[in-house]
Parts: sequence; C-alpha cells; structure tokens
Amino acid sequence: MTNGLIGRKLGMTQVYDDEGRLIPVTVIEAGPCRVAQMKTRERDGYEAVQLVFGEVAERKLGKAALGHLKAAQVPPGRWLREFKKVGEAQVGQVLNVDLFQKGDRVDVEGVSKGKGFQGVIKRHHYRGGPETHGSMFHRAPGSIGSSSFPSRVWKNKTLPGHMGSERATIQRLKVVETRPEEHLLFVGGAVPGATGGLVVVRKSKKG
Amino acid sequence: MNRLERLQRSLSKKTLPSFEIGDTVRVHAKVVEGEKERIQIFEGVVIARKGGRNSETFTVRKVSFGVGVERIFPIHSPIVSRIEVVRQGKVRRAKLYYLREKKGKMGRVGEREFSQESKAQAGAARPAAGPVEAVALSEKAVPAGKA
Repeated sequence: MTNGLIGRKLGMTQVYDDEGRLIPVTVIEAGPCRVAQMKTRERDGYEAVQLVFGEVAERKLGKAALGHLKAAQVPPGRWLREFKKVGEAQVGQVLNVDLFQKGDRVDVEGVSKGKGFQGVIKRHHYRGGPETHGSMFHRAPGSIGSSSFPSRVWKNKTLPGHMGSERATIQRLKVVETRPEEHLLFVGGAVPGATGGLVVVRKSKKG
Repeated sequence: MNRLERLQRSLSKKTLPSFEIGDTVRVHAKVVEGEKERIQIFEGVVIARKGGRNSETFTVRKVSFGVGVERIFPIHSPIVSRIEVVRQGKVRRAKLYYLREKKGKMGRVGEREFSQESKAQAGAARPAAGPVEAVALSEKAVPAGKA
C-alpha cells in the first residue's frame, strides 16, 4: 500500500451533502494504479513505492520506459510517480480509490495552469497606483530597492515574469464522495491544473 | 469532458417537472426550523432558468405585500421536493428581468403584465399538461399580444 494515488482531473461540478447543502467538488479519476517498482533501502537508499497510471499505447513509450514496465510485468502506463510505503506492497499490485474514504483529508498536487508573462499585480498581488487624479503610476512595480546600500537588487525580489505552469499542492481537501467501481474521487474545492491534467492525491500531511 | 458530463447527468434528479419561463409555479421547499423540518411553498413566476445539467437553477418572483421577492432554487437540490405548475405563461423572452421594473411602478403596469398571463391562463385553465395546453395557449396568445 501507499499513502496516495496518481489521478487525472476530470473537472469540477457540485454535489449535495446529507443536509442538502451544496458543495463544489473536483472530480478526479484516481487509479487504478499498479506498482511498477519497489525502492528498497539496500538498493536505492530509501523506501518507496513506484506507481504507474494511465493507459497508453505501447508505441508511445520509449524503449527504456517500456523495458522498465516489462520487467515489472505491468501494462504500459503514461505516468510514473513515487509514494511513501505504507504497510506491504508488491510489484504488480493494483491500488484503487478505496485507499480513501468519505470524510478523509487529502493533499492534491498538480501543475497549475500557465498564465504566461504577468505583471506584479497579478503575479505578486502588488496594489498598484491610482487610475486617475493625474496619477502616472498605474501597474508598474515601483522601486525595486535602495541606492548606495546594497547597490544591487536583493535576491528573491518579486518582479514580473512567467506565472503558473508550476507544481502546486492544495492541502487538506475533504473527500466528499468516492465511487470505487468507477475509480472516481470527489474532492471538495478546487485542484491545481487543467481538466485532463495529472494530479497526485495523497493522504493529508497535516491530518 | 464527456465523462464529466455523464457524471453530472447521474447527479441530476431523474424526473423533473417540465416548466418554462413565464410559468407560475408552486415550489415546495424544505425548511429546517430547529429540530423540525417542514415544507414551505413559494409561489410565483419563473423569470429565469440558468445553468445546465446538475447545476441548473431557476428564479421565482412574486410580489408579497407590494414588495417584490425573488428566490433562486437549484433544480436538483433535495430541498426542492416538488414543483407544481399553476399556470403557463406566454412570454417572448428567456429572462423576464423586465418584470422587476414593471412591478416597481404602480399596480397598473403590474396588471398589464399579468393580464398577458391571465389571458394565457384562461385558455389553459384546465389543469391539463403538455401539448393540449400548448395549443390552447397559442390560440389565446394572439389577443393577448394585441392587448
């Protein structure tokens, strides 16, 4: 077993809870994942379980990836990810959504939607200047430092640049519903990334 | 997206009463008061239907003691237990937001707006549903439009 699964974001919708309250949910197709490899302390220096997810035609994979999966005798899969080992696991074992129960808290990791080159207001929540009243300072970053000391720009100074399309994790999302027969996981709230994108669902780190 | 759409259909109510924009409906809504749960009826004109699949909502407007009241119900919510069509309305818009301003003026305007519907209703007084009523409506609609 592992502490999580690989999945695909199917999109958002809404469900009603037992008391008739409306809850926004993200639907994730999580699993079935197969164990492709066991990382062991002796051989790799750490313990982990490598899972494979997503159907893909054999011709789409390179020889290295294909050979790796052939060795484990698992069908070709699109994505490989490592997870913490929880209890026992064997190569070839199938992991399903039943890893999660309704009411669990999960962390969901994905690649956020790309926003392109963005200014400091959108990217770093700068406040900007007045639009009118003769102001000539609107959306510019303003001063980026002082003069004689340090005579340079500090490291990590927030400036315009590429935004999004980076790894993002949302913690402690609630599992609203699971449908094991359809491999579906309903997670309360939004999840990083576009519809159809890869997401990794783990048991919540903060409980 | 296809898979999500199918899923959203599965999250919808299996049977829905058919009602249109401009219809007068009685919405049976569950209300929880402390421990007890009871059904509250909200009657008014459907002035909008929005969204699709399991997130569809409709807006019901009524005038209560001279004050316009609008409630937005999610069609597929378990809180909405029943929707009765009291009478069908003849309208030419998908969104009847213009009713808001009409009501705001004196009753006369409100009446005219209602006359359109009451005439339509006269034809549809029989509590039949579907095509029969629709025919009756279209016949009555001509004088209503001229009025």
